[in-house]
Amino acid sequence: MLVLLPVFALQGPIRRTLAAPATQNWMTVFVAVVVQALPFLVLGVLLSALLAVFVPPSFFARALPRSPALAVPAAGLAGVVLPGCECASVPVAGALVRRGVTPAAALAFLLSAPAINPLVLTATAVAFPHNPRMVLARFAASLLVACAMGWLWQRLGRPEWLRPPAHRSTDGHGKGAAFWGAVRHDVMHAGGFLVVGAMAAATLKAVVPPAWLYTAADNPVVSVLTLAVLAVLLSICSEADAFVAASLSQFSLTARLAFLVVGPMIDLKLFGMQAATFGRGFALRFAPVTFVLAILAAVLTGTVLL
Amino acid sequence: MFLVGGAVLHAGTTDLYLRYVKAGLRPLLLVAGVVLIIAAIATVWYERRAQPGREHHEPRISWLLVLPLLALVLVSPPALDSYSGMRAGTTLPPHFGLTALPAGDPLRLTVSGYADRAVTDHGHTLGHRTIALTGFVAFDRNGSVYLIRMLLNCCAADAQPVKIGLSGQIPPVLQPDTWLEVTGTYTARQTKDPVNNGVIPFFDVIQAKPVPAPADPYESLG
Repeated sequence: MLVLLPVFALQGPIRRTLAAPATQNWMTVFVAVVVQALPFLVLGVLLSALLAVFVPPSFFARALPRSPALAVPAAGLAGVVLPGCECASVPVAGALVRRGVTPAAALAFLLSAPAINPLVLTATAVAFPHNPRMVLARFAASLLVACAMGWLWQRLGRPEWLRPPAHRSTDGHGKGAAFWGAVRHDVMHAGGFLVVGAMAAATLKAVVPPAWLYTAADNPVVSVLTLAVLAVLLSICSEADAFVAASLSQFSLTARLAFLVVGPMIDLKLFGMQAATFGRGFALRFAPVTFVLAILAAVLTGTVLL
Repeated sequence: MFLVGGAVLHAGTTDLYLRYVKAGLRPLLLVAGVVLIIAAIATVWYERRAQPGREHHEPRISWLLVLPLLALVLVSPPALDSYSGMRAGTTLPPHFGLTALPAGDPLRLTVSGYADRAVTDHGHTLGHRTIALTGFVAFDRNGSVYLIRMLLNCCAADAQPVKIGLSGQIPPVLQPDTWLEVTGTYTARQTKDPVNNGVIPFFDVIQAKPVPAPADPYESLG
């Protein structure tokens, strides 16, 4: 009753706020990001649960080169076969770590899979019909960052940073229970963080005036940084980001490459999902380093190729 | 979880999903909805077989999933409208070269198709043919009328407006967000979008009639 009374008294203002174009816009974008990412999240979770329950750990030990230094690029290239966007690769990488794959290799896979799979590269080629080199540059720069991050983790990473939330023990339940338990846990957990990321992305899209962007396009350094930050904030699916990049035609090709390299590796919703899968301490360290390395790789590749 | 799956299925089986994502995502949405429902049923099933007293706790963050659910079921936010259309700079679809125009009078074109032919080709292929376009109405600060259709790549978060200025026989009283079918011809007049300096082509209206909003409010790149 005490709760209902103020709600009743305030229903006029509440209704007006909900009807304002900015709020409606916010909700549309928010729901759209969630609706769009959910199928890929569910597919990724299904795949990761399959890996976790039905594939024996010895398979990965045989499939990847013994030496971690070689396993990193191998896992990075293996990203080619996961035809999805970044929402799918996070749970799969999580499952790889739990199955005893070297974390460095799993991280390389995590970063490369959403950027270099055939679907995304085709979308990039379609979006940049006059710059076919963009596809090559995207592939090279993304793979470069993925391998660099893998090797870096192998050098400097500490196992205690990586704290995957403990999965409920499913002993004595059989494989079916373990499978569905893993699916439910991952969807609920990563889904919650997806919602946080979607809210942040919708807020930024509704609040920041687009005109700001176009003043930044003149300076080469500022433009690269602007688009890199924009990629993090917008949290666009990696299958769609090429078209958005193509439309930002005031910016240099290198700046747009930075947008394409940074976006699939780290953005607001990904940060939430990584925190859910690998632990907050890991995400806080991993995200900034990835961001810096991705910009460097994009600038480097951009100067050589574009 | 069952509810989320149900809501996704509901959005997928009706045309509701078209407000947020492109049509090609529909099968994936349906699969995801079915999987979520099966997972929910499986959870209940194994829970009943398990010994009592072995409760588990969902991470608290998963309650946030209720938010998009409420937004989707209770509010069903509308498709992007003239507010977001005028906030963002105009865009043109990637140019692939032009195919021959189909026969028909009036010739039905998409808003982005018209903009592409009018800008990159300066209307050579359009000639003097009568063209019909469908989009919604928006005004800029000076009161000029635009016909807009949002161009979608994946979901509403990446939607970008394609704007076309209207000239000629524009109806005297127009509300923003009204869906119009305009018939008319190509005109060489162009203007620059103040937001991003993008080129906005114009369209010479002969006749305009209000139409109901189409099932898919967006145009997509396919």
